Amino acid sequence: MERRTIFAGWVLPVCLVAPQLLLTFFFFLWPAAQAMWFSLMRQDAFGIRTEFVGLENFTDLFADPLYLDSAVRTVVFCSAVAVLAMGTALLLAVFADREIRGRTIYRTLLIWPYAVAPAIAAVLWVLLLNPQIGIVAHGLKAIGIIWDYRLNDTQAMLVVILASAWKQVSYNFIFFLAGLQSIPKTVIEAARMDGARGWRRFRTITLPLLAPTVFFLIVVNVVYAAFDTFATIQAITHGGPGKATETLMLKVYRDGLINLDLGSSSAQSVVLMVGVVVLTALQFRFIGRRNAE
Amino acid sequence: MKRRSLLAATAATAIAPLGFARAQGAKTKIVFWHAMAAFLGEEIGNICKGFNASQNEYEIEPIFKGTYPETLTAAIAAWRAGQAPHLVQMFEVGTGSMLAAGPAVKQVWQLSQETGVKLDPESYIGGVRGYYSLSDGRMASMPFNSSTAIMWYNKDAFEKAGLDPAKPPATWADVITACRAIKAKNAAPIPMTTAWPTWVHIEEFGAMHDLPVATLSNGFDGLGAELKINTAPFVKHLNRLLDMSKEGLFKYGGRDSAAEPLFISGEAAIGFTSSAARAAIKRDGKFNSGAALLPTDPEVNPNPINSVIGGASLWTMTAPNRSAAEYKAVATFLKYIGQPEQDAHWHQVSGYVPVTFGGYELSKKQGFYEKTPGTDVPITQLARGKLTANSKGFRLGRMVELRNIIQEEMEKALQGQQTAQVALDTAVTRGNRVLREFEKSAKG
Repeated sequence: MERRTIFAGWVLPVCLVAPQLLLTFFFFLWPAAQAMWFSLMRQDAFGIRTEFVGLENFTDLFADPLYLDSAVRTVVFCSAVAVLAMGTALLLAVFADREIRGRTIYRTLLIWPYAVAPAIAAVLWVLLLNPQIGIVAHGLKAIGIIWDYRLNDTQAMLVVILASAWKQVSYNFIFFLAGLQSIPKTVIEAARMDGARGWRRFRTITLPLLAPTVFFLIVVNVVYAAFDTFATIQAITHGGPGKATETLMLKVYRDGLINLDLGSSSAQSVVLMVGVVVLTALQFRFIGRRNAE
Repeated sequence: MKRRSLLAATAATAIAPLGFARAQGAKTKIVFWHAMAAFLGEEIGNICKGFNASQNEYEIEPIFKGTYPETLTAAIAAWRAGQAPHLVQMFEVGTGSMLAAGPAVKQVWQLSQETGVKLDPESYIGGVRGYYSLSDGRMASMPFNSSTAIMWYNKDAFEKAGLDPAKPPATWADVITACRAIKAKNAAPIPMTTAWPTWVHIEEFGAMHDLPVATLSNGFDGLGAELKINTAPFVKHLNRLLDMSKEGLFKYGGRDSAAEPLFISGEAAIGFTSSAARAAIKRDGKFNSGAALLPTDPEVNPNPINSVIGGASLWTMTAPNRSAAEYKAVATFLKYIGQPEQDAHWHQVSGYVPVTFGGYELSKKQGFYEKTPGTDVPITQLARGKLTANSKGFRLGRMVELRNIIQEEMEKALQGQQTAQVALDTAVTRGNRVLREFEKSAKG
């Protein structure tokens, strides 16, 4: 049954939609347009001297090996975060989906980390991993590993990936759990009666039926890793050591707010915006096609 | 050409209540944005209270705006929105950017001229005043909290290592010897660390050894300055740090002030940081600490000269519809804090050096330096030798970024990814690119 409300005039519908449109305009379209405009300018921090430079900010950007390094680093970081966060969440969801004692409590607790603010999450990880005061760091030292992420590229990357992925596990967990619960029990039971064992059942029945959820989560996780991890990385490493953990988002912040190079920072934002548009278009196409099938 | 930006819009909402505050009451109200957290922030509050109680025409309201870079960004955004604070505390490395800010600021000489409030440059100590003045001696911003980098050491650890706590190492060779002793006797987990890697080991090192950090008198003579930090003495010094790190004598503790806790917690026996860390070290350090001059390298220069100041100064900012009375209030406040009693008090509680001759003389007369030994170290170091083009300070645009670039390249070198020469060469190449960008935008 279809539910549809028919409005008599146009005043009420406009009033109902207006707040949303206004919000979108002021908090998305306007700043986005400004970023595009700024990306074509060179200006000093105060905006006193502004000069139109065309695409110079973009050509400078793509000629800068440090920017390309940062782009590659972001891809590595996003993939690692997405794989780790989704893998862990799937594992937990599969286990939470079983008939076990205290299931509700278990599920509820798993969702908690989602409510922790990114900066707080970062501080928690710093407390665990800080070379001087961290418990984990002391443990690593005890087994002979020299642990200092402030001066070791690989360790720094590991820390920010761990902290970022941990934040996203809860979110993925909810979706995976819902996805698992919507798989008809009859199909699984039929497979069981045919003699399919745990792993085979999971691979041939559960996973294909979970595919839409997996695809949706890939997009969400990549976008999360690329854009929402700023606070976590900034609080833990500030992008260092060297530039070992400087993702594109961190570079936008650094160039715009610390270095006050608004032209370059805006150009970088525009590049990122194009990235999101592409990702979103892909998602719509893929999901749209699935629904049409 | 002015344009409201997203940044500006945000700032406008954040400071909207100020407009209301100004409308009430007969007193002229002015707003002062500062970057002093915790204890020093409370002291700023006290200074403002003192000023408000000292007369009944003006009222100043101090507002804490976060770290120095955050305060700078906030001030810029506010100015773009036409809502700049009357007075803002700006760190020394932001000086180049503020000088290029033209109509956004009212320089001290201009403020003094327009309001008729006499602010005499001659009453401010030369080394401090020079950093914030135009080349003809007119003051651009008001000196406020000035410090310099010094060496702090843990006297207890020195004793444990069999070193004389009354004789801190004076040269880098002595530092290495001391660190080896500390390591051998296990007197402290970390022999040496450093806060502010760029400030201490490039900027101060260059100034004290009379080496140019950049051409054109470190940028004082023009926007075309280029970095010169890949010369032999700087490479030698960075190599020394790399060797010390390999030997386990030096532990890198992170960028900017991140390494300070390593010294304060007693883990590191020697720590380099600002003289203004005194309050924190005395309060939180559970050991006997000593302050000493930064070590020098006699092979580079047997007669080291003065170090340069760090810290911040106060800039007067403009806004549309800002009245003459408001500017006069700012000038009156600046005059108030420059009085010997105020300056001496601020110097004595904070660990910053006095910025006026009056404040210094008064502190001497009060016996402050005898009562609290070590507090004259930064003054001695700042006053050593004859000021040269290399020790006047730095006037480079986007200096925060330059400092970060140098720190990044140092970090790579400390991990063994590149040699000291390559690190500094790369820093020069990257830094010069930033300087050229700034030149273009400032001339634009």
